[in-house]
Amino acid sequence: MAVSEPSRSRDLDKLLLRPGHIIGPNFEPGPELREAIKESVKVLVVGAGGLGCELLKDLALTGFPNLDVIDMDRIEVTNLNRQFLFRLEDVGKPKAEVAAKRVMERVNGVNITPHFCRIEDKPLDFYSDFNIIVLGLDSIEARSYINGVACGFLVGTRLSYDSDDNPRDETVKPMVDGGTEGFKGHARIILPGTTPCFECTIWLFPPQVKFPLCTLAETPRTAAHCIEYAHLIKWDEVHSGKSFDPDNPEDMQWVYSEAVKRAELFGIPGVTYSLTQGVVKNIIPAIASTNAIISAACALETLKIVSDCSKTLSNYLTYNGVEGLHTKVTEFVRDKDCLVCGPGVLIELEKSVTLKKFIDQLEDHPKLLLTRVSVSHRGKNLYMQAPPVLEEMTRSNLDLPLFDLMGGISKDIVHVNGMAGKGDKKQSCLRKLRVVFRGIDGVTDIDMAGGA
Amino acid sequence: MAEPKTKYDRQLRIWGEQGQAALEKSSICLLNCGPTGSETLKNLVLGGVGSITVVDGSKVELGDLGNNFMVDESSVGQSKAKTVCAFLEELNDAVKAKFIEEYPEKLIESNPSFFSQFTLVVATQLVESSMVKLDRICRDANVKLIFARSYGLTGFVRISVKEHAVIESKPDHFLDDLRLNNPWPELRRFAETIDLDTPDPVVHKHTPYVIILIKMAEEWTKTHDGNLPSTREEKKVFKDLIKAKMIASDEDNYKEAIEASFKVFSPQGISPAVQQIINDSCADVNSNSSDFWVLVAALKEFIANEGGGEAPLEGAIPDMTSSTELYVNLQKIYQAKAETDFLVMETYVCRYRLIEDEYNSPVQLELQKYLTDEDYCVAVGFYILLRAVDRFAANYNSFPGQFDGEMDEEISRLKTTAVTLLNDLGCNGSTLTEDLINEMCRYGAAELHAVAAFIGGIASQEVIKVFFFFFFCLIFSQWIW
Repeated sequence: MAVSEPSRSRDLDKLLLRPGHIIGPNFEPGPELREAIKESVKVLVVGAGGLGCELLKDLALTGFPNLDVIDMDRIEVTNLNRQFLFRLEDVGKPKAEVAAKRVMERVNGVNITPHFCRIEDKPLDFYSDFNIIVLGLDSIEARSYINGVACGFLVGTRLSYDSDDNPRDETVKPMVDGGTEGFKGHARIILPGTTPCFECTIWLFPPQVKFPLCTLAETPRTAAHCIEYAHLIKWDEVHSGKSFDPDNPEDMQWVYSEAVKRAELFGIPGVTYSLTQGVVKNIIPAIASTNAIISAACALETLKIVSDCSKTLSNYLTYNGVEGLHTKVTEFVRDKDCLVCGPGVLIELEKSVTLKKFIDQLEDHPKLLLTRVSVSHRGKNLYMQAPPVLEEMTRSNLDLPLFDLMGGISKDIVHVNGMAGKGDKKQSCLRKLRVVFRGIDGVTDIDMAGGA
Repeated sequence: MAEPKTKYDRQLRIWGEQGQAALEKSSICLLNCGPTGSETLKNLVLGGVGSITVVDGSKVELGDLGNNFMVDESSVGQSKAKTVCAFLEELNDAVKAKFIEEYPEKLIESNPSFFSQFTLVVATQLVESSMVKLDRICRDANVKLIFARSYGLTGFVRISVKEHAVIESKPDHFLDDLRLNNPWPELRRFAETIDLDTPDPVVHKHTPYVIILIKMAEEWTKTHDGNLPSTREEKKVFKDLIKAKMIASDEDNYKEAIEASFKVFSPQGISPAVQQIINDSCADVNSNSSDFWVLVAALKEFIANEGGGEAPLEGAIPDMTSSTELYVNLQKIYQAKAETDFLVMETYVCRYRLIEDEYNSPVQLELQKYLTDEDYCVAVGFYILLRAVDRFAANYNSFPGQFDGEMDEEISRLKTTAVTLLNDLGCNGSTLTEDLINEMCRYGAAELHAVAAFIGGIASQEVIKVFFFFFFCLIFSQWIW
């Protein structure tokens, strides 16, 4: 029997070079496949925390040498029980930079570019550069943002759907998303246009528990109520104008001692410093093993999406290690009217409507409620809120009719970027709109309204 | 050195300082430090186990660089155990780490007493014959044992401990023990002091649902020969009665009462699971009984005597819409009862079969059933094949497809081996699909990093759970992709 030459990809080669029986539809085994992944697949890892550290390691050892990682956080002592790429002496340094450096030190031939910034700080072009985006995040807002961006590429042009209304491969930006909390976690794949996107199944993430202010002020019952009273009400009463800084131990100590006083007043037990931190910072318990399990599942799915070397997850895996061990795969379905991956919100306009008037309408639109709107059409910026230079350059467009700005086309897709939501729950997002001008031939065509 | 409390903050929020102390007392032995073993230990070292001992006789090869993060370019040709151990030491200076350059199979054969010094052994990538021997050694020495194996896109984790006893389990359902179906006298008396038909809308809106349900249940029993609602119709009527008490549509406390009304309907007394444990012959304790069984015996006493058929009360109550005063008083009543009951516990015992018993006398009917069940046949097929490849290796000195070339012959050999194994297991006539056999040969015993990280992640989580009294463990699990 032939003994293989010593090779770094000894184990991975078995999967990528040999034909298989339980595989995806486009699996073409051979050294070419391995080299293609090595040379031309770029993966973005979003988050360099508990999941991100594991993901970078797992992907680097799964044949993906071209990686980027983006994270705005710096390393803290409380990360060290699971974020294995960081050491005590790294505390205070940017996570993305240290994580990238550590993995490159250990895995030869891997190149990881770190980005120490917010995900919103990057231009959309940045994200379009990757073949696949892997998410290791702990916030719904950040997932939502990336989801909007990735789905935006799909819906960015009408040409992205073929004649059967199926999304064209080259415009699909697949995402793999992992999440953990204590002994529980999930891994899912999102193929915009095919599987549900993050927004289609947003109900999977229950809204955060927010205590009604009247409970805090009038009928506190639990230790958490006392802490939130000190944090949300008492702080503002005493420190006029100075905002609370959760990372300042003095501020935290103040909230803690006020919470203790309130708890004593009402005879409520259980206020501790640790609980105070937990409630105020909304700390999610986290352990190394769950992060390892979920990240590994995500890395495997990434390989499968790229290579078809095995059948991909369809499409949502939950893991629960609290009582015994349970895993379950659920096939969720798309929301046909999804604001993010759906055909886009239909906006009917008169030809005379100016860009400014159009922007104002979006604020009142019940489905959109968008403020601070920037508008682009076929890649061209019609109006930009920021940076100031671009704002100034595009300001004169505001008084021109949108119809003219769009080159006199009767109907087309327009992308808007802005803040969605009400009150203090606003978040930045990207929305696709189907703009149709009244009184123009062809408006009754159903191909636009049908969408995807 | 960082304040350990800060470093471990995110996990202390799950298992508390008591759990952390148990972890820090443990001494763990790892057999084979390929990626499956290395990743298992990595997660445990980060969490702060007491000490680790890495046993592996092999040297680092070029191929290892492609699947194991804990070896690097400079370590090729050197002891794998030493290299992996050095990396693990870096992760947490509180963990004592050492290595032994020796093949685990050899230790199992020649030095079985070696294993008795550890609290737990994690055995990775062992073949069946070594697993069976090690299992016997650890069982006799009362050392906990966890097997983990990654094989291509499949693998398994198996726990082998004499007895895993869970006391004082901390699951969320503890909050359900409010005794609404059987309130004790103090709770009943407290409810009597409250008038549900108060004219004050603010008070009405802030009467906790616990009180509402106790009073409504009391009223119900008066008109139903002392019985609580039991039929579907009765339950519906009961809920409608609660609804009728509402004086405004925004009364969250009444909504909570309707939602929680099932707690009134549930049967009194202890669950069948607890009943089974206290009936166990081990509950008749003697001087050799373990701490756990001594506690079970105490629990049995309590239920029979002062408990009046009920287990001790845990005492915590969930948050609910209420005025501060009523809530705090209610909390005190539950707490006082819990302190009187004193024995706060939930018990659960799991005993594991010896691997040898599982292998030699399988539950034929189940195996046969799963082999033909659409949902399970793939998983069970791989279970059979994971055992067949060990037989294959014993006969042919390598795993099927381990080396390139002659794949067709390997496939037909594995097929024959699997059929023989199925016959030995009593599943005559059962077959495995060509797809599974082909895939298994394609895997060629590859240890893929991501699969190893997944299996290692689960193995490490199970290690933590068998150390603690308050988490349940898995019985047997395997995964396929």
